[in-house]
Amino acid sequence: MRAFTYQRVSTPAEAAQAAARTPNSRFIAGGTNLLDLMKLEIETPAHLIDVNHLGLDKIEPTKEGGLRIGAQVLNVDLASDARIRRDYAVLSRALLAGASAQLRNKATTAGNLLQRTRCPYFYDTAQPCNKRVPGSGCSAIGGYNRNHAIVGHSEACIATHPSDMAVAMQLLDAGVETVKPDGSTRVIPIADFYRLPGNTPHIENNLTAGELITAVTLPRPLGGRHFYRKVRDRASYAFALVSVAAVVQPDGSGRVALGGVAHKPWRVPGADSSMAGGANAVVERLLAGAKPTAQNAFKVTLVQRTLASVLAEAKKG
Amino acid sequence: MDDPIETNIARRNVLKTGALAATASAVPLSAMAQTPNAGTAATPAVPASAPVTSKVTLRVNGKQHALTVDTRTSLLDVLRENLHLTGTKKGCDQGQCGACTIIVDGRRINSCLSLAIMHDGAEVTTIEGLGQPGKLHPMQAAFVKHDGYQCGYCTPGQICSAVSVIDEIRKGMPSHVTADLNQKPLLSIDEIRERMSGNICRCGAYSNIVDAITEVAGGNKA
Repeated sequence: MRAFTYQRVSTPAEAAQAAARTPNSRFIAGGTNLLDLMKLEIETPAHLIDVNHLGLDKIEPTKEGGLRIGAQVLNVDLASDARIRRDYAVLSRALLAGASAQLRNKATTAGNLLQRTRCPYFYDTAQPCNKRVPGSGCSAIGGYNRNHAIVGHSEACIATHPSDMAVAMQLLDAGVETVKPDGSTRVIPIADFYRLPGNTPHIENNLTAGELITAVTLPRPLGGRHFYRKVRDRASYAFALVSVAAVVQPDGSGRVALGGVAHKPWRVPGADSSMAGGANAVVERLLAGAKPTAQNAFKVTLVQRTLASVLAEAKKG
Repeated sequence: MDDPIETNIARRNVLKTGALAATASAVPLSAMAQTPNAGTAATPAVPASAPVTSKVTLRVNGKQHALTVDTRTSLLDVLRENLHLTGTKKGCDQGQCGACTIIVDGRRINSCLSLAIMHDGAEVTTIEGLGQPGKLHPMQAAFVKHDGYQCGYCTPGQICSAVSVIDEIRKGMPSHVTADLNQKPLLSIDEIRERMSGNICRCGAYSNIVDAITEVAGGNKA
């Protein structure tokens, strides 16, 4: 790990200003992903700004009838919160399907959104990777890519986004609240938060330099039945091959988002309106234009069958 | 055994030497990756900067420690290298195996993925703080009784995790296998297995570990 200086800040604006002022700095919250990447010198910050003491660790009701989740609310506390379990069960389920209890005890809401891909070539500093070293090439295309993206990827990168929580946030139409170094704030709808890889896979979201996430907001509860079905190579503590997040209403309508298939949590406007037509009708729209590799073509079938299983369970009532 | 402490130190030095050798051979590879043009491969990627130190105060197993450490130091390395509490083990050092599990401010975490300086004022419990020979924690005694280990390397992490699992279930915190999120989770084998999934045992002592935890939890085996 490269040497770095360290500072604690006490307000979000102070954090954003420190980031703008200090070259090659990073915010650190739980650190469960950043420290791992720093050990491997994939991330090499010269300065860390500790954002754990900003008072952003509360879950509060909004006046619109939803919830505002502080950026530093721990994954364990979010998953265990009685309101989340009752009204946003898909979010609780997604969190509990991810990582281990030890990691969920450290990882934060904002940090989870910003975690980086687990593509093995991103992690292997001896291999080319456009995400790690822009312009160096993609080792996964033509390499071992069974776990990689099947839709929305580019010639430059076929990595997937690893988060389960973010898939549920996408399904729930969450908003990402931020503060910029000039003190201004904004809410980025999660649908506009992540980027597809294109030619710049190293730029993964639309945050600007020094911009700090302060909260994630949830709209009013959707009702209906909530599902997060994650399919993986072992029963626990593994990243998704595919995952299906769904909310299904008593009349069969609802919404669906996918994990493990793209560079970002995957939801397609219009796909939800095919719910009445069954799983294959929805998947046809969700995965329109999918280009799986020879090794991960099974993911298309796996998405269809996983969604079919979820919809069958929803029907059982 | 003549002097178990001496033997331990010798073994640790061997491990350290091995780790250094591995680091040295890894450097040229990463330099090559960042400079695809072989002609420029000799250019150093980024100059190394000087180490930075910072002060931190930790309360470990009831005892206060004021330390000055390199900012890079993990909580795990502070416990093992500075405080010589070598019960906590370094396995993968990347949060995948759980051997380094300790309890910080009442929650179990991977000490390898935590900077010591970020835990100023924290209350830390390690395996040494749970119990000692002659005065074992009930979970330690149950692991001995049920043979919940073979080589024993993952055991301190398994036990710290196991103690937390019972606490988490009693507090009503749900898991991936909890059938109804709005009901209290059961002290069942399925719950214990899922909640222990962050602790890997290469010897495969899992069934005996589950037996030990089940006994301490007072749950039934169904």
